[in-house]
This record gives sequence, C-alpha cells and structure tokens, in this order.
Amino acid sequence: MPNEEHAATPPEDFERPLELTDDFTPGESNFIKVDNFKFFYGKKEALHGINLKIPSRKVTSFIGPSGCGKSTLLRNFNRMNELIPGVHHEGDITIHGMSIYDPSVEIIALRRRIGMVFQKSNPFPMSIYENIVYPLRIAGQNTRSVLDETVERCLRSAALWDEAKDRLNDSALGLSGGQMQRLCIARAVASRPEILLMDEPCSALDPIATAKVEELIIELKKDFTIVIVTHNMQQASRVSELTAFFYLGNLIEFDNTRKIFTNPSMKQTEEYITGRFG
Amino acid sequence: MACFLASILIITLLAFIIGEILVNAWPAMSKFGLGFISGIQWSPNRGVFGVLPVLIGTAASSFLALLLALPLGLAIAIFLSEDFFPIPVRQVIRFVVETLAAIPSVVYGLWGIFVVIPLVQQYGAVLASKFGFIPFLSGPAYGNSLLTASLVLALMVLPTITAISRSSLVAVPYSLREGSYALGATRWETILRVIIPTAAPGIVASAILGFGRAMGETMAVAMLIGNSQRLSWSLLSPSNTLSALLANQFAEADGIQVSALMYAAGVLVMLTLGVNIAGEAVLRRTKKATAGLG
Repeated sequence: MPNEEHAATPPEDFERPLELTDDFTPGESNFIKVDNFKFFYGKKEALHGINLKIPSRKVTSFIGPSGCGKSTLLRNFNRMNELIPGVHHEGDITIHGMSIYDPSVEIIALRRRIGMVFQKSNPFPMSIYENIVYPLRIAGQNTRSVLDETVERCLRSAALWDEAKDRLNDSALGLSGGQMQRLCIARAVASRPEILLMDEPCSALDPIATAKVEELIIELKKDFTIVIVTHNMQQASRVSELTAFFYLGNLIEFDNTRKIFTNPSMKQTEEYITGRFG
Repeated sequence: MACFLASILIITLLAFIIGEILVNAWPAMSKFGLGFISGIQWSPNRGVFGVLPVLIGTAASSFLALLLALPLGLAIAIFLSEDFFPIPVRQVIRFVVETLAAIPSVVYGLWGIFVVIPLVQQYGAVLASKFGFIPFLSGPAYGNSLLTASLVLALMVLPTITAISRSSLVAVPYSLREGSYALGATRWETILRVIIPTAAPGIVASAILGFGRAMGETMAVAMLIGNSQRLSWSLLSPSNTLSALLANQFAEADGIQVSALMYAAGVLVMLTLGVNIAGEAVLRRTKKATAGLG
C-alpha cells in the first residue's frame, strides 16, 4: 500500500546493479521477469523502476517496511491492482516471456494461472466443498467427478483433507482461523495455477497455525512458483530460497535468502534485518 | 433517565393500544370466535362478519406488490452498491428512491386514481379478452382492483426494499470480492455467486419488511382497491384489505360492527407485528453473520 511519508527520494546508494551470488544461477529458469516497472496510484509513484527475475518452483519472499511497495508489486503479477481506480504503470512484467499486459492477455485467464492468498483469510459463506470448486464452477466445470477429485486434491495439497473430509458440506465459516487460511490456499490451487502469490498469509494466524502454513509453503514449491510478502523475517528465512528487500518503492537487494540474512550487501538491508528501522 | 421514561412510555402506549383493541373487540370475539377468520361473508346489515376474503386480499395485494418490487428494488440496490455509475449519479438515484418514501400515502392514492386506474382499465380489458381463460385475469376489468392497488403498493414499498438490500450488499466485505476476482471471476460472476448469496439474509429481511409495510398501508389502498368483500380469483376484480376495510367502514359503523372492525384491527396488528418481528430477527441475524466475515 502506498505510504505518503515515504514518497520522496530513493536512497543514495541505490544505483549499484544487483548481483546474485551463491547457488542460484540467474537466467536459468527465470519465470517472472519484472522489467523497469513503475507503478502509480494517481500521481504518486509507488514503485520506481523495479528490475527483478523470479525463478520457477522456488519460494521468493518480499520483505521491507510498510509502504515499501512489496505488496504493490505482488498485486501487479495478477493485475489485482487494476481494481483500484486511477492507477497506471510503466515498464513490463512477463511470465514465461509473455507480457501480462499484452493486449491478447485476458485478465480472467491470467488470474486463473496465478493463485492468490490474502492477509486475511476470505472464505466465501458457502460450504467447504463449494469454496474449493468455485473457480471451476465459474469456468463452467460442473461435472461431479471432476469437482470431487479437485476437492480431494486441493484439500490434500493444503494439508486440510484429514480435518475436513467428513464435513465438506459444512459452512467454511465454521473452520478455525488457520483452517480457513489453508482452505483459501486449497481454493487458490484449484484451477492448477503455476504461480502462487501470498500477501502476508500468516499475519492473522497464531504460531501453531503459522507453522502449519509454513510447512505447507515448503511442500507446495514442488509444484508452484511461490512469491510471498511477509513482515516476519524469521518466516522469510524459514520458507524462502530467495529474498528481495524493498525500501521506499525501490528494490534494494535481491539475493539468496541465506546471503541476505547473514551477509547483506547493502547497508539498508542490514539495518532492516537487524531491526534498526521498519 | 428521560430516555428510560420515554421507552417505558412507548411500551405502555403499545400495551394500551392493544388492550383497547381487545376490549372493544371482545363482543365480536365472543360472538363470532374463530369463525370470524374463516367466514367469507361481511354483511353489516345482516350482522354477519367474516374476514377471510379481506385476509386473502391483504395477503394477495402485499404479495403481488412484493413480487413486482423485489426484482426492481434488488436491481436498483445492486446498481447503487456497485460502481457501474459514478458516485454523483448513484447519489441522485438513491435520493430519488428515498424520496418515494416521503410522498404521503394519499398522494399515491390520487396518482393511482388519475394514472394507474385508467391504465389498468385499458390494458386490463385487453388482458381479460386475450387471457381471460386464466382465472387470475378473467374479466370484467375494473379500474379499482387488486392489480391497481398492488402496482401502487409496489412503488410504495420500493424504498424499503432498496434501502435494506443496498445496505446488506454494501456490508459484504471487500475481501470476498477481491477473493473472487483473484480466482478469475468476472464482475457479474462475483455479484451473482458471491455478493448476492452473502447478502441474501439481508435481502430476505428487506422483502419481509417490505411485505409488512404493504400489509399495513391504508390510505392509497383504500382509494384504489375497490372495497369489495367478495372472493374472486381475478386480479382485475375489486378486493379489500384489512386496513382499507377499517378506513372505509369505521366512520359509519355502530354496534357490533364497530366491535367486528376492532376484531379485524386486532388481526391486522398481530399480522404486521409478526411480520415485522420476523423481518427484524432475520436482519439482526444477518448483521451478526456478516460481522464475522472477511
């Protein structure tokens, strides 16, 4: 979300090009490519020319203080920001080399390829079963066997099958907070997306529910490219291979998570990691 | 303290009104018993009083009004709660609909007499000649009829339905909308499959309260419905409602007829009270349910 106070100047030493180190080879399996991307809420520039390559089937976390632009960038990957009136962008984002802003791209199809999990779990007030098959139903799929199969697959991949299998027709609102969030993850993977975006998925959960969701994230990266926005730096270090640090609408540093947390290249990253601001 | 006294006063007043009705209705209640409810004759000259045709007229006119007003009211509520139009346009529409609630009943009655009755006479005759084999549309087509009253009632309950539906649609948390869009739903899929179902209890409550409003509505109906206590299937025939019956007959009534009218008033109070309590109960449950959402 935009933060008025932080609108002004990018940090002085930002100009340094980003270098990736250690065991990750850039260019190998670049999946989401952000190319000099700027984003505006009205006249206010929230992202100042971001360049970033996110690899396939890894967990990448976005960290940084509130208002740094990490959620804004995340919400551009499935063009959710366009629900807000008066926004526009410059630059490009490509997935598999294909621009998401290409006129031939249908926003509906794009969102079906990209699952999203929100900060606050948002199950629909319907049964657990109907929540999961919602994306299939709107795509016109009503074959019972397909729906049944999807519900089981998704609940298993969200580690919720054992808890929910006997109450599939009960209201989703009767689940616990952690279960609801896992249900939302199950729903997000129902249309077999390639990418899973998570916008602070654990910030409303207790530690036990958080641990379960984190385990799940590590499990899910076998099948999905995951990008997670988090305020919890322990979480970033636990679940992600790569970490991007954002500050004031700039990408300050993007590297292996281990490198970011043990030996960051940039002063601001170090200050943020060690808790001196943010 | 003053508020407490005021609320005590209101409750006392309500109890007093109901008590007064019961006391005055007692002669008729003891004389006619439940036969009053099931009786189909209302004939003051012969001392026979039965309100079944009037009860049916009340239910039919309110139901028909609801049938007409609910789809329209819900449609307006959706357009007011979504951003199909810029906010100034929506404010104007909202203002116009709310103004409908401020027009005095007697003005609706006059409008009904000068505009709706001629229309119903004209098109009702066409309907009756083409579709007269359907009992609901059999002729002759009177201007003062159940249909006329229902059309005007529909307009009168529209603000109630629109306002309550709109507020329950607006109360649907943004996170649900966002969730639906993120799953690849279009705007209309989101409205039809997530927003309306989530707001459904509130929409049901708006229908119940609109129904209650239609049942109790007096002046406009008394001017338009034709005040006939004869049972008829046709929407084009004159009919009557409890409130219109009271309004039309009280001035000239004496003796047991006054008591019979009081009995009818008691029935009306019980019906409207029941419907309103049901509507409020549904509304309260809705608010509780949506408070826990998102």
